[in-house]
Amino acid sequence: MSGQERAPILEALNQFKKQRVVPFDVPGHKRGKGNPELTGFLGEQCMTVDVNSMKCLDNLCHPVSVIREAEELAAEAFGAAHAFFMVNGTTSAVQSMILSAAKRGEKIILPRNVHRSVINAMILNGAIPVYVNPETNNELGISLGMSLEKVKKAVEENPEAKAILVNNPTYYGVCSNIRKIAKLAHDNGMLLLADEAHGTHFYFGENLPVPAMRAGADMASVSMHKSGGSLTQSSFLLAGERVNPDYIRQVINLTQTTSGSYLLLSSLDISRKNLALHGKDIFSRVCDMAEYARYEINQIGDYYAYSKEIINGDSIYDFDVTKLSIHTLNVGLAGIEVYDILRDDYDIQVEFGDLGNILAYVSVGDRIRDIERLVSALSEIRRRFKRDKTGLMKQEYLSPQVVITPQKAFYSEKVSLPLKESEGHVCSEFVMCYPPGIPILAPGERITRQILDYIEYAKEKGCSLTGAEDMNTERLNIVKEY
Amino acid sequence: MELWFTERHTPHVEFSIRVDRQLYSGQSEFQRIDVFDSKEFGRFLTLDGYMMLTEKDEFIYHEMMVHVPMAVHPDPEKILVIGAGDGGVVRELAKYQKVNTIDVVEIDELVVEVCKIHLPQTACGFMDERVNLHFEDGLKYIRYHENEYDLIIVDSTDPFGPGEGLFTKEFYGNCYKALKEDGIMVNQHESPFYAGDALAMQRAHKRIVESFPISKVYQAHIPTYPSGHWLFGFSSKKYHPIRDLDKARWNTFGFKTRYYNTNLHVGAFYLPNYVEELLRDVE
Repeated sequence: MSGQERAPILEALNQFKKQRVVPFDVPGHKRGKGNPELTGFLGEQCMTVDVNSMKCLDNLCHPVSVIREAEELAAEAFGAAHAFFMVNGTTSAVQSMILSAAKRGEKIILPRNVHRSVINAMILNGAIPVYVNPETNNELGISLGMSLEKVKKAVEENPEAKAILVNNPTYYGVCSNIRKIAKLAHDNGMLLLADEAHGTHFYFGENLPVPAMRAGADMASVSMHKSGGSLTQSSFLLAGERVNPDYIRQVINLTQTTSGSYLLLSSLDISRKNLALHGKDIFSRVCDMAEYARYEINQIGDYYAYSKEIINGDSIYDFDVTKLSIHTLNVGLAGIEVYDILRDDYDIQVEFGDLGNILAYVSVGDRIRDIERLVSALSEIRRRFKRDKTGLMKQEYLSPQVVITPQKAFYSEKVSLPLKESEGHVCSEFVMCYPPGIPILAPGERITRQILDYIEYAKEKGCSLTGAEDMNTERLNIVKEY
Repeated sequence: MELWFTERHTPHVEFSIRVDRQLYSGQSEFQRIDVFDSKEFGRFLTLDGYMMLTEKDEFIYHEMMVHVPMAVHPDPEKILVIGAGDGGVVRELAKYQKVNTIDVVEIDELVVEVCKIHLPQTACGFMDERVNLHFEDGLKYIRYHENEYDLIIVDSTDPFGPGEGLFTKEFYGNCYKALKEDGIMVNQHESPFYAGDALAMQRAHKRIVESFPISKVYQAHIPTYPSGHWLFGFSSKKYHPIRDLDKARWNTFGFKTRYYNTNLHVGAFYLPNYVEELLRDVE
């Protein structure tokens, strides 16, 4: 065996099982024997490899043998100079990118529709966000990618910025012109960082948008557990030639666990092998299924399952056809309402519903007959619930007014105010609709009437609002001195 | 020689038939298909190892699926059958001269081919010229039809495997839509006896009740199905299965049936208390 057919962590774990080592180390369940109920639930197979770092299994914080080999194989598979196995979610991969790219007071150029983990990292390191307003598609009510001109303008106005961050793609499948943006970054001495939480398959499938590392990115956070098939919470951080991998490792180790789970590590190793060997076929099947679903859904009427036809050469430079995003407003229902009906009435769980769309996640694990269920349920929902769409609100882009840095706002003295009285103040916390987990308000931003109206409407439609200290988002923490 | 077919009815109960010889074994895109011959039950068809029908007791199932709704609906002309790749339901339907169209939607073409060769007792139904065969997913077929059928017969396999989509709310809702304003739907409704089957039965009933104004359940005794006690669903937009039963009209047809008669029709809707309770729990 050689190259991508190998899975060094898997092989080491299999070898380790044969040795029948007597455990006088952690974890204390001792291969499951100490916790029969858990072992019954998860299975003995699983418990016997929930083990600690040791000589033959390497150590995630300082990999020198099997984890290092597995990381090298992953780097090769993804076309990166280095790959880091991450076990604290893609959140920690994104944070490590930001923490290693900028320090306190330094700027990062980024689109506003970033995942909260990006801004969280800025609370930690004190970096200053320079937001590029993503364009909005008015018909669909979704935030798009960044237009190249707007990024250029931000670079000209902030020549001292350290990095540009790009979503590749957004949750809805929209890609910016990442090649050109990477060149722009490098021409101006900046790094190009990519949040590829939703783009793992770009590296392995055909006829998909360009993956970040191939487009010249310096770092990319890849959610292997989303389209790649590994266990939830496992992820990769990829790095290119321009950055120092040993420094990145130090940054990762600031916040990552010292007890890396071998369940997660082996799932990354096995999934990388699977995608490297079979990714092309797997994602061609996924694309076919998504295309079939789109065709059938568009036959129903009123729903709009969009695809490459929305490409506009700039803020929608490319579109990820595996993302089955469906616009619902013409049925007279908000996306979140369709999401709820699908789950409550039809036992179908989709990825998310926002004000105007739902997203069904199609992956290697799907079958055509499950797609038939989704399509039929949507057709039934239209038959049963179709109504006039007046009064339904579109997702609007709420342009943030950044008053102080996220770090300063988060750690400043704060006061809790009822929502209605918070208008005009500077927010010291996040407010998000979850999913997709993109902030409506981030620490350091001005609270406006428009934002408060949006929060009220989202609550009324049954969105889950998160981020604020008040779990019901009836009060907001504001910065005392602003 | 001891050669036995065994099906597990629960993790702790098995049902076995001594097999004389195996006539066919094959794997389609959807499932494994086997046909055996036996002394006691004659030929029998299994899909993924689950009993579908035997020559000895299939008449009970097929007569009850067909004659119950046909004796209630005053003028059924256009009929949709979903599943039923063995042809048994179609054979019974073809007895009615006033029926002018029988659309059969079976997902697995190989089942029909195998039955035509090895199970002519039921597959003879496909010979009738009013029958149109469509090989596709029933859930997809029905999506494209509206206000079209007088009767829909859902002859599905169990609610796992390829038949899974035929036990869903979206399927029953689409059937409602595909029926005319006085249409009837009859479906294979699983068994109330063993816990696993009873749960599937309750789930199906719940979803049907939500989709149709009238939804009743009736029963029959089928020796080769788990517990032998089997249920059928009768759902309808207008007709009541007992009040709208026209005994005289049906009896003038003069069909020779071995299980069904119009007195049994009424009796079949009187269910044991524990079954009534299971149904009430989800209504």
